[in-house]
Amino acid sequence: MKLRETIMKLVFLIAACCSVLAVALICIFLFMNGVPAIFKIGPLKFLTGTVWKPGNNIFGILPMIVGSICVTGLAILMGVPVAILTSVFLSRYCPKKFYGICKSGINLMAGIPSIVYGFFGLVVIVPLMAQLTGKNGNTMLTASILLAVMILPTVVGVTESAITSVPESYYEASLGLGATHSQSVFFAVVPAAKSGILAGIVLGIGRAIGETMAVIMIAGNQPRMPKGITEGLRTMTANIVLEMGYASGLHREALIATGVVLFVFILLINLSVSMLNRRVPYGD
Amino acid sequence: MSKIDVSNMDLYYGDFHALKNINLSIDANEVTAFIGPSGCGKSTLLKSINRMNDLVPGCRITGEMLLDGENIYSGKMDVNGLRKRVGMVFQKPNPFPMSIYDNIAYGPRTHGVRSKAKLDDIVEQSLRQAAIWDEVKDRLKKSALGMSGGQQQRLCIARALAVQPEVLLMDEPTSALDPISTSKIEDLAVELKKDYTIIMVTHNMQQAARISDKTAFFLLGEVVEYGETEQIFSMPKDKRTEDYITGRFG
Amino acid sequence: MVIKGNGAVNTMEAVKINTKEKERTKVTYHKSVFSSVLTGITWGAAILALAVLVFLVGFILIRGVKNLTLEQFAWTYNTENVTMLPAIINTVTMTVLSLLLAAPLGIFSAIYLVEYANKRGTLVGLIRITAETLSGIPSIVYGLFGMLFFTKTLKMGYSMMSGACTLAIMILPLIMRTAEEALKSVPDSYREASFGLGAGKLRTIFKIVLPSAVPGILSGVILATGRVVGETAALLFTAGTIAKVAGLMDSGRTLAVHMYALSSEGLYMNQMYATGVILMLIVLLINGCSGMIAKKIAKK
Repeated sequence: MKLRETIMKLVFLIAACCSVLAVALICIFLFMNGVPAIFKIGPLKFLTGTVWKPGNNIFGILPMIVGSICVTGLAILMGVPVAILTSVFLSRYCPKKFYGICKSGINLMAGIPSIVYGFFGLVVIVPLMAQLTGKNGNTMLTASILLAVMILPTVVGVTESAITSVPESYYEASLGLGATHSQSVFFAVVPAAKSGILAGIVLGIGRAIGETMAVIMIAGNQPRMPKGITEGLRTMTANIVLEMGYASGLHREALIATGVVLFVFILLINLSVSMLNRRVPYGD
Repeated sequence: MSKIDVSNMDLYYGDFHALKNINLSIDANEVTAFIGPSGCGKSTLLKSINRMNDLVPGCRITGEMLLDGENIYSGKMDVNGLRKRVGMVFQKPNPFPMSIYDNIAYGPRTHGVRSKAKLDDIVEQSLRQAAIWDEVKDRLKKSALGMSGGQQQRLCIARALAVQPEVLLMDEPTSALDPISTSKIEDLAVELKKDYTIIMVTHNMQQAARISDKTAFFLLGEVVEYGETEQIFSMPKDKRTEDYITGRFG
Repeated sequence: MVIKGNGAVNTMEAVKINTKEKERTKVTYHKSVFSSVLTGITWGAAILALAVLVFLVGFILIRGVKNLTLEQFAWTYNTENVTMLPAIINTVTMTVLSLLLAAPLGIFSAIYLVEYANKRGTLVGLIRITAETLSGIPSIVYGLFGMLFFTKTLKMGYSMMSGACTLAIMILPLIMRTAEEALKSVPDSYREASFGLGAGKLRTIFKIVLPSAVPGILSGVILATGRVVGETAALLFTAGTIAKVAGLMDSGRTLAVHMYALSSEGLYMNQMYATGVILMLIVLLINGCSGMIAKKIAKK
């Protein structure tokens, strides 16, 4: 009896350690396979080189880094205001009987696979953009609009719970001073939730920068420095998927190294999210 | 020899000295009541009799506590076996989210009873002992969560009886109940003392006076006075006990 | 008007009061306009978000249903029929496999965290940080790792098993977190009651705590199913893209990968629509299920 208890406790412990092991393995294998390539190419050449020509053994991923940042930045710019307003709506404006429908709508948005989003972008947003600009519709703007939609549920999820967890007394105090409902919500409640909202935004950045399939289908994928919002570009994620299938040798290692750079970005983002979450709100 | 002997016992939660030098002997087949103001240590002492305090991190005990002469806190004591011998009824009724039958059968099954006939027998007997058989016999397969609070508490008593304990600890068993359910539980406690040793923590002094044979008055982690209930309530020896039972504080 | 009716007030004062009153009404007027604007944009944003969703789902379903043909459900794939049946079967296999790997691990981890671990210990902190990290890693990075570790180092090749192992790590934090929440929400009084009857820790966990936590755990598993079904990037270089019904150690494409493969070939728009419908229907079904379970939990 005692023995069984001890054995099972050990089993649970080992299971719990799996996530630690997984992160360790991911770090080890990515870095082991990617970092040597960075040094073979030269860290400076790799990170700041503006030309990506695997055929000529020229591997500069700056265009892809800039591409990822541009698309993400633009997506955040468009998506976050809508997302924050939506979560304010859900937690403070939404009539009770609609809440269930709205909430499950947001959940559904989170559940739609990125390949389906990408397809939607391909058949709806790309032609629309082509009509508007008179050029090819596979552009930075196209990708950003789609990403703005895709990060919405992520940001809303975190932001809404941050706003909902603001103590009711903040709202009541503001009402008591003669402020209207909207004023109380926007100037007393929302500012109090700012660290949670910030965490939501950072999480959204993480999702946008890591998104792969949807972006590949609509961003144009030209491996050159982004020229403008109505031109195509290539992200780090797209770079990996597009060429991994046929790459070999140093080319393949350079792609893995691209993954390493992406991974480092994500680790930094994760770190800032967890730092934002560590802060104790409302001083209890 | 008494059923439970506590000598020179001290209990700490981390740095907090919750029980100070407790000395008590509790006799078999009696109802013993622990009274005193909130936070005075009576529940703590009750819970240490079947080592439920083991679940509290940072809880440390010194001194001796014997059950039939066996040290409860010795390394050789099988905690699960101890809890089988010393059953417990909690402040709030806490039936499992299962059928009435499965609630009662949980204990016996835990201790290895598998036979359906035997389980049926134990369930009926325990429910009869807890004076609730007539109310539930037609819905044994229904969820226990659908019962009233008073019924749930009697179910929990039946559940505790089903493992055939020797001692029954009751931690303010009626504090969450209405007066009618309370009186049912009180009658039950008096009825059960024929077969069991009952220790009950209560906030309600009338309850202690009504049903207990012995009473221990606790204050700030100490036993101020312990003796026959009649004597405690009619002529307390200690001034503090008198103040408390006449309602001057607490 | 009030002032007119009150003859005793002299004119100067009347004017003063009059302007004050005007100012006040002006302020409240501004205030109410400002508030209505805020209310308006809030409603507007929410309506926009939901409109996009409705349009997206509606568009895929309505445009897609027309493109569903019987030959897309043929048993074997060729460039004529472009069947998705093997992909559907592979999707089911992949889901079952990865859940079989991840669910026990995730639930056991949660049991350790809730029932055994010292809440402030370093190990718990480490487990939490790594689980958070895992849930933030993009699927393409999982794909790269799976390719390097499972297919190459463990020599599992492009196979369903490699894919499932990769996805199992990906969904582990999700299952772990939901299971942990579910276990935490089981009242301590159940545990106390069970211990009080002399039951050991294991029996208490398996007979009392886990059964009460089933709905919560299930909702996590369903969410994880959704992620597996929709995953593409992590599977391209682990499970591969072969369009056949695959055994455990064979390469095979799931539905989402099938859709990507079609898009990269660029010839099969209609078939992509059809695949999109099927994917969308599965997602709707999964969301419906998890919604129902959430309602059931809320009722308790």
